[in-house]
Amino acid sequence: MHNHIDFETRYVMCVDIDKCTGCGACMVSCQAENNIAPMEDGSNKLKTLTWMLVYELNNGKNFPDREVAYLPRPCMQCENPACVPVCPVVATAKDEEGGIVSQIYPRCIGCRYCMAACPYHARYFGWFDPKWPEGMDKTLSPMTSTRPRGVVEKCNFCHTRLMNARQRARQEGVDPLKMPEDWYQPACVESCPSGAITFGDINNPEHKVHELAHSKYAFRLLEKLGMDPQVYYISRREWVRKQADHHTAEEKH
Amino acid sequence: MEEKRASKQCGGVLPFFIGVLASLIIGWWVFPQVLYSQKAQPFNFSHKVHVDGEGMDCESCHTYAEDGSFNGLPSNAVCADCHSEDVLGDTKDEEIFVTEYLQKDKEVPWLVYQYQPDNVYFSHKAHEGFECTDCHPDLGNSDTLPAYYENRISGYSKQTMKMWQCERCHAEVGTSNACYICHK
Ligand code: SF4
Ligand code: SF4
Repeated sequence: MHNHIDFETRYVMCVDIDKCTGCGACMVSCQAENNIAPMEDGSNKLKTLTWMLVYELNNGKNFPDREVAYLPRPCMQCENPACVPVCPVVATAKDEEGGIVSQIYPRCIGCRYCMAACPYHARYFGWFDPKWPEGMDKTLSPMTSTRPRGVVEKCNFCHTRLMNARQRARQEGVDPLKMPEDWYQPACVESCPSGAITFGDINNPEHKVHELAHSKYAFRLLEKLGMDPQVYYISRREWVRKQADHHTAEEKH
Repeated sequence: MEEKRASKQCGGVLPFFIGVLASLIIGWWVFPQVLYSQKAQPFNFSHKVHVDGEGMDCESCHTYAEDGSFNGLPSNAVCADCHSEDVLGDTKDEEIFVTEYLQKDKEVPWLVYQYQPDNVYFSHKAHEGFECTDCHPDLGNSDTLPAYYENRISGYSKQTMKMWQCERCHAEVGTSNACYICHK
């Protein structure tokens, strides 16, 4: 049913869960980069917005055997996105080099079909008009257009940074499809103090993710669904890897 | 009785045509007039004097930054390369520029005909192969700046490039028309 496009470049993110301390720097830098306004009531998780969200996992055991892990969750930019075919107005699409799933706010009618379709809960609805307290509006970034209330938004791997990198490539005479890894890095990757996130083009052997994604400790979330996310996780702990998919008690895996 | 009612209902075709005509006039003429407010530039700038008279070209003032992004409008500093502190010519407009802006260290609040909405990402670098005038009004040969029409509802300029124009050209030259080629 999907029309799969073989992109020459495919940007992927690799998150080393064993390095993530759950500090939330990725979430904060994402909000600053993408003009997500401070919420009136941040504790109301049904109505707040976070393109990047850190989940806490645990191994289900009690002290002293208890272990926790943190899992940062952006939009997976799925190869076969569930969110795209359901959109009645083509406000979201996967059709451009890099494989990033687009989201066009002025076109979105806010029906939220895509939110219902996305199994990763990566999409958010704007319940309120964004408001920046006086003075804080000076921190608005030119990288992302602001959204009014009533439309859906999601992580786009800081797409404007990719556009800027391509512009630089043209200026410096480099092929925009074969840019060095450090020319395009999303905000969360840059701000992670423990270096848990690696980002690059999986089709480019010079990019670290090319190898990382094929490590024996690498996995993706809900791989069983066949949506082929462009976000990989790495953990050397088996209990973490196990939680990436739903398994029934009788199932052998 | 029947006949009378029929004729009353019909009222002739005239009122109908008057209605159509009124709608057309309102739709095609009155509404567009009301929708846009007309604004004048702070003072007139003659491109022609600079291009023909001084032998300058677009790139003498309109340039790129190092990363390939467009530098926007030339600032006072660019103009001051020639128009230092004194008035060179004898036009009123130049005098306004020098005395009201340059000497007071104030940038000129030019109205930009072609600003795009916030959600558009446009790279001049990517379009370098084209003539400026393929998209921009050909002001290089004109002595006066055209009036600026501002959409009262959206606040955008009427003269700005429309999405269908971008899409048509992309289709014609075989460039992708994916949303994220131009949007952010
Ligand atoms: S994670 Fe959800 S929103 Fe992102 S591409 Fe996949 S289905 Fe769509
Ligand atoms: S909420 Fe917007 S993007 Fe999502 S399916 Fe509806 S129109 Fe499309």
